Amino acid sequence: MSVAPTLVFAVGNPSRGDDAVGPLLAARLEAADVPGVEVLVDYQWQVEHALDLAGRERVIFIDACVDAEAPFVEREVRADAGFAHTSHALAPAQVLETYRRVTGASPPPALLFGVRARSFELGAGLSPDTERASQAAWPRLLELCRR
Amino acid sequence: MSTLPLETAAHPEQLRRVVIEPLSRVEGHGKVTLLLDEDGHVEQARLHIVEFRAFEKFIQGRPYWEVPVMVQRLCGICPVSHHLAACKALDQVVGATTVTPTADKIRRLMHYGQILQSHALHFFHLSSPDLLFGFGSDVARRNIVGVAAAYPDVARQGVLLRKYGQEVIRHTAGKRIHGTGSVPGGVNKSLTAAERDELQKDIYQMIAWSRDAVRLVRQLFEQDLATYRGFGTFAARTLSLVRADGAMDLYHGGLRAKHADGGTIFDHVDYGHYWEQISEEVKAWSYMKFPYLRALGHEDGWYRVGPLTRVTRCDFIPTPLADRERREFMAFDDGRAALSTLGFHWARMIEMLHAAESIKDLLHDGDLLGTDLMAGGKRQARGVGVIEAPRGTLIHHYRVDENDQVVRANLIVSTTHNNHAMNIAIREVARQYLDGRTLTEGLLNHIEVAVRAFDPCLSCATHAVGKMPLSVELLDADGAVADSMVRG
Repeated sequence: MSVAPTLVFAVGNPSRGDDAVGPLLAARLEAADVPGVEVLVDYQWQVEHALDLAGRERVIFIDACVDAEAPFVEREVRADAGFAHTSHALAPAQVLETYRRVTGASPPPALLFGVRARSFELGAGLSPDTERASQAAWPRLLELCRR
Repeated sequence: MSTLPLETAAHPEQLRRVVIEPLSRVEGHGKVTLLLDEDGHVEQARLHIVEFRAFEKFIQGRPYWEVPVMVQRLCGICPVSHHLAACKALDQVVGATTVTPTADKIRRLMHYGQILQSHALHFFHLSSPDLLFGFGSDVARRNIVGVAAAYPDVARQGVLLRKYGQEVIRHTAGKRIHGTGSVPGGVNKSLTAAERDELQKDIYQMIAWSRDAVRLVRQLFEQDLATYRGFGTFAARTLSLVRADGAMDLYHGGLRAKHADGGTIFDHVDYGHYWEQISEEVKAWSYMKFPYLRALGHEDGWYRVGPLTRVTRCDFIPTPLADRERREFMAFDDGRAALSTLGFHWARMIEMLHAAESIKDLLHDGDLLGTDLMAGGKRQARGVGVIEAPRGTLIHHYRVDENDQVVRANLIVSTTHNNHAMNIAIREVARQYLDGRTLTEGLLNHIEVAVRAFDPCLSCATHAVGKMPLSVELLDADGAVADSMVRG
């Protein structure tokens, strides 16, 4: 079964303040129905998500980003085993590395698209700052996906 | 049996303070504080839950039919457990005292899928680095990628077991996340023949790998019996659900509480009135409550829940391979493995095997394809749902008004049940391994190994780039930073 060449994979909890920015952008992207793009969403990246990378030409990971100064950041991601401690989740680099280890193949080129985020209270919506950052990020995300 | 020492130091103002914050490879946010005297002797050890509140406020005021979806956002790791516990409670609100066979079996299939994927994640991803490389081994490889390099088959099986469990959830809940499959009174879909056939294809492989995982934990015990026997081990009372005939049942049953020596405190108690048996104490130094058995009081009534309790306190496991492994576990080392804190890992893999066998049995049950999905009856104002989530007993309790709004909610999650027991485990480890020694990353990791054995979910987890660095600070008696270490 063929898969869409571009995978956009957003993570975040819709009910945890700015953590929702990834899923919200993903929903907007899905509604835009960009050809050749599949959109996936989860709470966080986990080991099994490496298998979603199979057959892709590129991957765009979307996440809330607490260390961003600009409204959004783009960072090239390479497979990397060089982390020591993780929390409950994998970083995109480790998803790529897990793919390499599990399949024996090189992972597709990947980009991390991070949106500035500060507040993560249960039950809260997006903060005004992250709402603005999300609006600023949207045209660029769309441009990236249409390439 | 009274509380062990080290909860509160006699003169904390004169002691050196060590903070491990946040705990790594634990779901959510937590920290451990140690108070040491001038000679490095541990005088106080506490596990703090940093961010564990507001669950009930999040739910109150919502229409009851939204709750099974909303509660999945409480935890990104075990959303299915909250989904099902909420539905079991709200079944009573809509008067469905018994759901249809198809609804019951679809929910059970979803639940066993959750158990399988959660236990696989915990063992292969969170704990195997410690267990395969050693608690104090090189921190640079003590992670899942290190496991993948040294034990590629183990890592691959972990990924595929996890993926299989997620596929069971997707087919039964309707979506990968935020599923809507279970609803108050039943389910909104059954399986199609194609979905069943797809899941049947790989289930025997999942059973084989789960059995291998049980054997792997046994080998780890055999290789270092002294460590596994004694690490953070303590006697504990227990609480779990069991089926009417005493069998393990992770989806439904009556409450069973046992003394540490196996004597019965209560058995087959209807959980609909759980508050008659369980109360909760607040302590000034922790956000999280400390549940206890009313009959024994708050000093002596703490207990332990989760895989180690369920495997050792059921009368039998109703699937043959898992029950054989349970009996071997119970007999191993003259029964001492079944008492040890690291026995959690062995018990967890036995449960994973039981989940895989249960999925296989359900996938050969024609009721899964049934069309009778919903039940109903006389509306009730209150509902209680209890389930054995991957980490232990999970209680959801709601009161709903005549406008269908939830006016009161009470949740007791597995990690809260284990709060006191986890504190005791870290005190035991601090006493055994840290007392009087120069603290190193490897030694501090021993504390985390003890906490991780319980697989706690310390809060509804968020994840963001740049969030949650791991740092350790040593502070002097005045609170000034004397030394610090950043790991990762």
